[in-house]
Amino acid sequence: MRYERPETITDATALLENAPDRAFVLAGGTDLLVRMQNDDFEAELVVDIKSIAGMTEISETQDAFVVGAGVPCAALSENAALVAAWPGVVEAANLIGSTQIQGRCTMAGNLCNASPAADSVPALVAAGAQVRIAGPSGLRTAAVEDVPQSPGKTSLKKGEFIEAIELAKPGPRSGDAYLRFIPRTEMDIAVVGVGVRLVLDDAGVVTSARIALGAVGPKVLLVKEAADAVIGTGLDDAALDALATACSDAATPIDDKRGTVEFRKEVAGVLARRAARIAYTRAGGSQ
Amino acid sequence: MSFDATHQKEQFKSVGTRPLRPDGVDKVTGRARYGADFNMPGQLVARVLRSPHAHARIVKIDTTRAEAVKGVKAVVTADDLPDLTNGDAALFAILDNCMARTKALYDGHAVAAVAAIDEKAAKQALKLIDVEYEVLPHVVDVDAAMAPDAPVLNDAIFTEGVTPKPDTASNVANRSEFGHGDVEAGFEAADFIVERSYKTGQTHQGYIEPHACVASCNPDGTAELWVCTQGHFVYRQNCADLLGLEVSKLRVTSSEIGGGFGGKTHVWAEPVALALSRKAGRPVKLVMSREEVFRASGPTSATSIDVKIGARKDGRITAATATLRYTSGPYPDMWAELGAMTSFACYDLENVKTVGFEVVVNRPKVAAYRAPSAPMAAFAVESAVDELAHKIGMDAVAFRIKNAAKEGTKSSYGPVYGPIGIGPTLEAAKAHPHMSAPLRENQGRGMACGFWFNFGGQTCTDLNINADGTVTLAVGTVDVGGSRASLSLIAAEELGIEYQDVKAVVADTATLGYNDMTDGSRGTFSSSMATISAARNAVEIMRQRAALMWDIPVEDIYWEDGHAKAAGSKYGNLAPLSVKDIAAESGNTGGPIAGHSELVADGAGVSFATHICDVEVDPETGSTRIVRYTVIQDAGKAVHPSYVEGQYQGGAAQGIGWALNEEYIYGDDGRLQNPGFLDYRIPVCSDLPMIDTQILEIPNPNHPYGVRGVGETSIVPPLAAIANAVSNAAGVRMSHIPMSPPRILAALKDAKG
Repeated sequence: MRYERPETITDATALLENAPDRAFVLAGGTDLLVRMQNDDFEAELVVDIKSIAGMTEISETQDAFVVGAGVPCAALSENAALVAAWPGVVEAANLIGSTQIQGRCTMAGNLCNASPAADSVPALVAAGAQVRIAGPSGLRTAAVEDVPQSPGKTSLKKGEFIEAIELAKPGPRSGDAYLRFIPRTEMDIAVVGVGVRLVLDDAGVVTSARIALGAVGPKVLLVKEAADAVIGTGLDDAALDALATACSDAATPIDDKRGTVEFRKEVAGVLARRAARIAYTRAGGSQ
Repeated sequence: MSFDATHQKEQFKSVGTRPLRPDGVDKVTGRARYGADFNMPGQLVARVLRSPHAHARIVKIDTTRAEAVKGVKAVVTADDLPDLTNGDAALFAILDNCMARTKALYDGHAVAAVAAIDEKAAKQALKLIDVEYEVLPHVVDVDAAMAPDAPVLNDAIFTEGVTPKPDTASNVANRSEFGHGDVEAGFEAADFIVERSYKTGQTHQGYIEPHACVASCNPDGTAELWVCTQGHFVYRQNCADLLGLEVSKLRVTSSEIGGGFGGKTHVWAEPVALALSRKAGRPVKLVMSREEVFRASGPTSATSIDVKIGARKDGRITAATATLRYTSGPYPDMWAELGAMTSFACYDLENVKTVGFEVVVNRPKVAAYRAPSAPMAAFAVESAVDELAHKIGMDAVAFRIKNAAKEGTKSSYGPVYGPIGIGPTLEAAKAHPHMSAPLRENQGRGMACGFWFNFGGQTCTDLNINADGTVTLAVGTVDVGGSRASLSLIAAEELGIEYQDVKAVVADTATLGYNDMTDGSRGTFSSSMATISAARNAVEIMRQRAALMWDIPVEDIYWEDGHAKAAGSKYGNLAPLSVKDIAAESGNTGGPIAGHSELVADGAGVSFATHICDVEVDPETGSTRIVRYTVIQDAGKAVHPSYVEGQYQGGAAQGIGWALNEEYIYGDDGRLQNPGFLDYRIPVCSDLPMIDTQILEIPNPNHPYGVRGVGETSIVPPLAAIANAVSNAAGVRMSHIPMSPPRILAALKDAKG
């Protein structure tokens, strides 16, 4: 196995472009290093991107937060501006693994691992986050929801890797939240995850909503019907019921060792209702 | 010298205090050496090839390509472990489980193993072992395995314990029955009857340290094994038997142990490591991965249990029956029998009958797990007892107190009890502030009782008094829960010296006589008895040495407070001689001073506990949180109360995991779906409240200090206590363990209709 630690994006994309099939990007390593322990897993090339300038920094532009691909999730919660702007995203990222894991793991890695149960992903999708993708032919951006395709598969092309995640600076009266269901209290993997982002008008009516579900399908689901159920409402009980039904209906889970179809569909609705209430309160609404 | 083990001592100086454990600093600084921490020069790395099939005939194994891999020094199959078991079925089961002979009987069953100079070569070689399987139909569920059309695992199994003996083979290995009285008449006399069926999933002990050993077979026919085990003498015997070694030629040293809970009372990898070493002519290190630990070691039985209990309006139970079906993996044992014995052990019953069926299935060979078989039986019985109390309209504790066994009760499994703790633990529960604490919305309280036999067994101990008066204690029971501290306290107590002046070690198999393993809650019970005996023998010698030093008759010297004292006024001016004084002169008075003891520690007092538990159930998700938990258990005499409390808490923690989330999940293909700690969910710290404990001390009449084993009973009540609490919190009676959120939510929806 070859280990490389390029210092520029160009070097990294060149390495990946010319790499054998079993090439992997290393950011936090909390998924990759675990997989490497497995007898059936062999890596031929590992490209560690953390030495590339800017990769482990959170920077701000006029309109957005730019979270480098190597930023550990624990660092997100130390950025007061980011926490104030996107508390749901930061909370989601800090549900991953354990305290020790959070010191290494990254949101970009969480996204590229392409697990349908990834905690930060529904929150990022609800937030409308974009990813900056570096590749042999330059930089492109994509919506977070367009990256994962199915368990373990992303839309990234050979030679590409995620350089950063962009979160737009929210306007007034907006709020987000993420909740997941796990059988334990921590160090577990989502059986259902729900990310909600709401924008309100001065009267407390929802003007814009994005609701994303995790772990209830082969990839994260952005549920338009759920958003429609709350837009134009003051998040009253009827709206919450409609939201829960829309989420339960949209969920397409499987029966597996982590939960049943029936359970996941039901709990998707329950968590959507609870997360929406939190997001609504954060947006300044009062029920 | 004859040893009087009857309970006499009431006042203690060292016993009952809480000094730091002697192995503590090494453990918290990482110096302690566990199974995988031992290395030998030239050692090879071993890897095991395991069956991916739940049930398959092994048609052919070709190791040629694997042997050709550079760096590979040995490849072994069943051919390298010839059958030397001479008709001993239990030993053959161990052999066949270590390395499948004609059939792979579960997903993860070892079929071959490799020793190579490094992991890379070993891994590569594993992939080049060609195994031709003929896949057979499999069965993993206990009830399905008993069905007439179930695939039969072993054509030689004809149900034992039924007359006439069946003439067709089945998966039901044996039937056992216990009880007394006339249950039919008892049910006739009942005003209320509860009859229910229950199931429990298969759990793993979940010890944090995987199995690990280093084996070294030497050219002169001797061999050494360094291993993580609960019983190195038993491992020595098993390995010697399977490899055709004389027992004296195999020296086994036990490492520190990162949890066993019964799972390290059985050999798995050790005979394979020895066979590899014998073939390669070099030491071999074999460390199981977590996945291997789950797939191929450990688990307890999955069960299916029917219970029927009847009682009069006044709350007296008139009859009780249970039918218990336990999986044993592919090899029969006595797991159902233990379940049938323990089911109703807490109660004083006129009419009782239990029947156990031992069922073989395509799952790993079942190993002991902390009070093996009792938690599942207690779950079923204590759930039904609770329901019956509700039905009669009696308080759950009062109902149990009314029916509790006491001294003189003929137990449901036969023996008549001596002084026992079930009544006192129930009375303590009744009086405990936990019982009357307020509950919030969606919270419920449950309680349940539990029993375990406890065990004594063969024990051998050496106590050496060094020239400076300090004491070295060599014991043969592996320290799994602080027994070196407890045994040091015992030696200090008996000799009248300071705890700090005693150093206890676990001796290897070449330096001490045979000891049974640390199981059956026997470590501190039996080794403390042997330690007291050895100390008394050493005191005898010290009295003789004092007699020589003083030149007076030994009959005139008595031992008190750590000193030889001259009796009567005749020697009034002689200052008492301390252990240090006598030890300092030992070179001139006959040489080293030591006490030895070998005994069978009979009379392990039975053990009872009552647990109280508050839970909160989220009615929308079925998620259960343990809000408060209290363990009340009889310790006989708590030698080191902190470690007694630790045992109480540990058993409760494991029981909570078992009750709520832990479970072997098999796919339709018979493969284990969750061989890892991500999806086999043992509780994490934040899942548990501080578990409160209350130690009761009802002395065991058969131990000089009144000690009873404490290690196992604490896992018996939790499944039922939590099920009863969930029932009170959410209004649904859960009959299937684990009570995972999907199961609870489904039950809540069913209840709503």
